Amino acid sequence: MGPTMIGQGTEASLLVDIVFWVLAVSAIVSAIAVVQIRDLFRAALFLIMTLLSIAGMFILLRAEFLAAVQVLIYVGAISVLIIFAILMTGDVEEGSPSHSMRIPVAILSTLFCALAIFVSVSTDWNLLEPAIAAGQVSADAVEGVYSNTIPVIAKLLIRDFVLVFEIASVLLLAAVIGALALIREG
Amino acid sequence: MGLENFLIVSAILFSIGFYGALSKRNAITVLMSIELMFNAVNLTAVALSRYVVPESLATAGQNAGQDAAQFLLTGHIFAIFIITVAAAEIALGLAIVIAIYRSRESVFVTDATQMRN
Repeated sequence: MGPTMIGQGTEASLLVDIVFWVLAVSAIVSAIAVVQIRDLFRAALFLIMTLLSIAGMFILLRAEFLAAVQVLIYVGAISVLIIFAILMTGDVEEGSPSHSMRIPVAILSTLFCALAIFVSVSTDWNLLEPAIAAGQVSADAVEGVYSNTIPVIAKLLIRDFVLVFEIASVLLLAAVIGALALIREG
Repeated sequence: MGLENFLIVSAILFSIGFYGALSKRNAITVLMSIELMFNAVNLTAVALSRYVVPESLATAGQNAGQDAAQFLLTGHIFAIFIITVAAAEIALGLAIVIAIYRSRESVFVTDATQMRN
C-alpha cells in the first residue's frame, strides 16, 4: 500500500464503506437492545454483538491487535463473567426496570450525544492523509508503523508508558485479591 | 468513512451506555452499560490515533524517524489500558453484586441501602 492507508480504488472504498455502515448499525441497534430488552440473558448476548461490531471497527481502523484483544478479553472473558453473574443471581424474568429518573437521564444523554457530535464535526482536526498529501508528514514513517503495529505497541508499552504498565499490573493484582475477598463465604 | 463517522458512532454508543447506567435498577444492566461506555471511549481513542497527526510527527516533518512515528499508536496504548481497567472493574463490580445478592436477595441498586443513615 502507498501513502494512503485504506482502499485507494473506488471499489475497495465502497466495500469498506458498506462494512463500516453494517458494523455501525449493528453496534448501535444491539447497544439499544442491551439497555431496553427485558430478558437479562438476551441483553448480555446483545452486548457480545456490540463488542464484536466494535472489534470489526478496530480492524477497519488498522488496529488488528486491539481487535484480537477485544475479542479475547471482552467477548471471551468479560461477557462470560457477566452471563455467570446473571445466572447466579436469578431474577432473570424480572428484567431491569427503570427508576424514576428515567426521563431526565434520557434528556441528559440525548443532549450529551448532540454536543459530542457537534464537537466532533465542527472541530478542525489535523488529519493524517491530507498532511501526507501536502508533504508535511513522512509517508514512509507512517507506513512503517502501520505495516507492523505490534512491535511498535510493545516498544511504547515497555519504554514510554512503562510506569503505567507497572501500575496496571498492580491494579490487576488488587482486583483479583479484592474480588476473592468480596465473594468469600462468611 | 472518515474520522467523523467513527466519532459519531462512539458518541451514540456512549450516550446509550450513559442512559442505561443511570436509569436502570438492575446492577448487572448498569455494569453492562458501563462496558458500553468503555467501548465507546476505546473506539474514539483508536479512531483519533488512526486519523489525526500526533504532535511529535507534525514537528518532525518529512524526516520523521521511528521514534516520532511510534506515537501514531498512542491511542492503541490508551485503549489497552482502558481494557485492563475495565476488566478489573467488571470483576470487582460483579463480586460486589453477588455479595449484595447474598445479603439482600436482590440485585436492584435501589435495594442496596445498607449505608443509608
